[in-house]
Amino acid sequence: MTFLQLNDLKVHFPTDDGLVKSVDGLSFQLERGKTLGIVGESGSGKSVTSLSILGLHKGGRAKISGEIWLDGEELVSASQEHVRSLRGKKMAMIFQDPLSAMHPYYTVGDQIIEAYRIHNDVSKKVAKKHAIDMLGRVGIPQPDRRVDSYPHEFSGGMRQRAMIAMALSCDPELLIADEPTTALDVTVQAQILDLMRDLQRDFNAALIIITHDLGVVAELSDDILVMYGGKCIEYGSADDIFERPEHPYTWGLLGSMPRLDREVTERLLPIKGSPPSLINVPSGCAFHPRCAFEPRTGGKGSTVVPDLVETEGGHLVRCHLSREERRDIWATEIKPKLES
Amino acid sequence: MVTYIIRRLIGALAMLFIVSAVTFSIFFVVPRLAGVTPDDIANRYVGRAATAETVQAVAQKLGLHDPVVVQYGRWVKGVFVGSEYDYGTGVEQCPAPCLGYSFVTKQPVWPDLVDRLPVTLSLAAGASVIWLVIGVSVGVLSALKRRSVFDRGAMIIALAGVSLPPFFTGLVALSLLSYGLGITAPGGAYTPLTENPGMWAYNLILPWLTLAFLNAAAYARLTRAGMLDTMGEDYIRTARAKGLKESKVIGKHGLRAALTPIVTIFGLDVGILVGGAILTENAFSLQGLGKYATTAIAANDLPKIMGFTMLAAFFIVVANLIVDLLYAVVDPRVRLS
Repeated sequence: MTFLQLNDLKVHFPTDDGLVKSVDGLSFQLERGKTLGIVGESGSGKSVTSLSILGLHKGGRAKISGEIWLDGEELVSASQEHVRSLRGKKMAMIFQDPLSAMHPYYTVGDQIIEAYRIHNDVSKKVAKKHAIDMLGRVGIPQPDRRVDSYPHEFSGGMRQRAMIAMALSCDPELLIADEPTTALDVTVQAQILDLMRDLQRDFNAALIIITHDLGVVAELSDDILVMYGGKCIEYGSADDIFERPEHPYTWGLLGSMPRLDREVTERLLPIKGSPPSLINVPSGCAFHPRCAFEPRTGGKGSTVVPDLVETEGGHLVRCHLSREERRDIWATEIKPKLES
Repeated sequence: MVTYIIRRLIGALAMLFIVSAVTFSIFFVVPRLAGVTPDDIANRYVGRAATAETVQAVAQKLGLHDPVVVQYGRWVKGVFVGSEYDYGTGVEQCPAPCLGYSFVTKQPVWPDLVDRLPVTLSLAAGASVIWLVIGVSVGVLSALKRRSVFDRGAMIIALAGVSLPPFFTGLVALSLLSYGLGITAPGGAYTPLTENPGMWAYNLILPWLTLAFLNAAAYARLTRAGMLDTMGEDYIRTARAKGLKESKVIGKHGLRAALTPIVTIFGLDVGILVGGAILTENAFSLQGLGKYATTAIAANDLPKIMGFTMLAAFFIVVANLIVDLLYAVVDPRVRLS
């Protein structure tokens, strides 16, 4: 049995303007010790997916269907209370902006102590010692002194380290990091990514990294899932996605990525248009209004929703173009531009 | 921290001086600009029947012909060392702190204010506890059960509470509960807490509720808005992600942050209230500071109005100071330096 498995997960929010299909039939698997990168633009459904796994949409307005299997337990149908008892202990989350994600009125130590004591029946003193240990482990200098600091007294990178310490305090088996480096300085980003890689190895946790930044997932991920309009449009190993991408949207993402080894005169290749409305998702392939290759589908792009099909050894693509067409376009039109 | 407190104390004192100077000017300079002579002011003290000579003599003795600055200086001096008043029929002592001497009642102002303070303090203390507890609880429940029947009902009642003046709700409550059902005191009576706590509360319960209704409504709306804001914060999501029970998420993480502005406003409101709940005291004929002020204003008794204004200003300045200091305790991001 795989450690984490999502089967046809759908998360829909009824609103006054209509049904928002934030996640619309998402499936993937993840083993312990492995890292999955979920990539997509804002509103592609990646954050909603992670919050659903943690059960943070339960009891709210969201309509959730499908299955989330975590270590042999199904979570969508599980009680709120049961999922709560797993949160923090079995699965934990690191959020994007550590300043707003930590309570401004409690010390960093208090917040880690609280997280630890929810799931461990220990005295405050023991918990504080554990908090200091954790802070030291994530590389915070003088942890015995910094444990009594407030979040606003930490720098951005230190705060994110403290956030990671808090998430790891109960030794979770699944760790979800939602844009863990987006709010940080570029110099700090690399440190945090290194730290997460090291800790994941130590803790042997399954790690999901959610980001819009392909550079981040390139650093860490074993597998990459590209989301668009609430659906998976391409899934594969990091090599598949970076060396043999087959979806026009993935090409766009790669083209939008600034790279040092490219000529400065070279323009980025941005994706035209803006992300789709999740209320009125475009007919057919959700990406077709922005797709440069839509005319080559013979009208299917705007009428038929493409299936997610395996193109080769675990590499899945949701596109109307034939495998040969896609490989041809990548090899002759896209790759040369990216490498020039 | 200590320097901060000292600085704030100096600021508070300066504020009181400014308030007293402005109040003094309003009562003694503005009338003069409008053509009122010192004799006219003296006339008010000695009575209409007095002869012109008596009036002039009194005006002379009270120093009403002196420059306003000198008169103000005399008033300030009186606050610290006391003063004497000679209005023609003999010398009256006004010991420090002398906030003025009423020539209408022939009494120093300060002892009167001290007499009435317990009534107003009792009113303010009871009412503020009631409105804080009710207002915050209703606000929290409304925010958590947003758009429910409870929320809508509570907010309609709150709107009524904010809109209806206490002399209206007070009278309605009196006629229904005291004169109709006969379960509460008919108003006008006050028993000191030290004498009989039961009677103290019995006599004050209706004024408390009237005043609390007005403020609880405002606090319910404030708390609701604050909770709705706070519960959408990222750190609430973090608290849930830790696996914290929802009751703790709300109480420890949500309410803690939402209460900060409430504490601030609460301090100021209590300060203002101790300076006299004018409408409520009048509605229930409670002989507190507010009632004292309205009587003084109706009688045009300048020293009393001046004394009351200074005392009210003092309470507000003190409340402000306490709130500022408390803020640093409540929110660690506020540094006192």
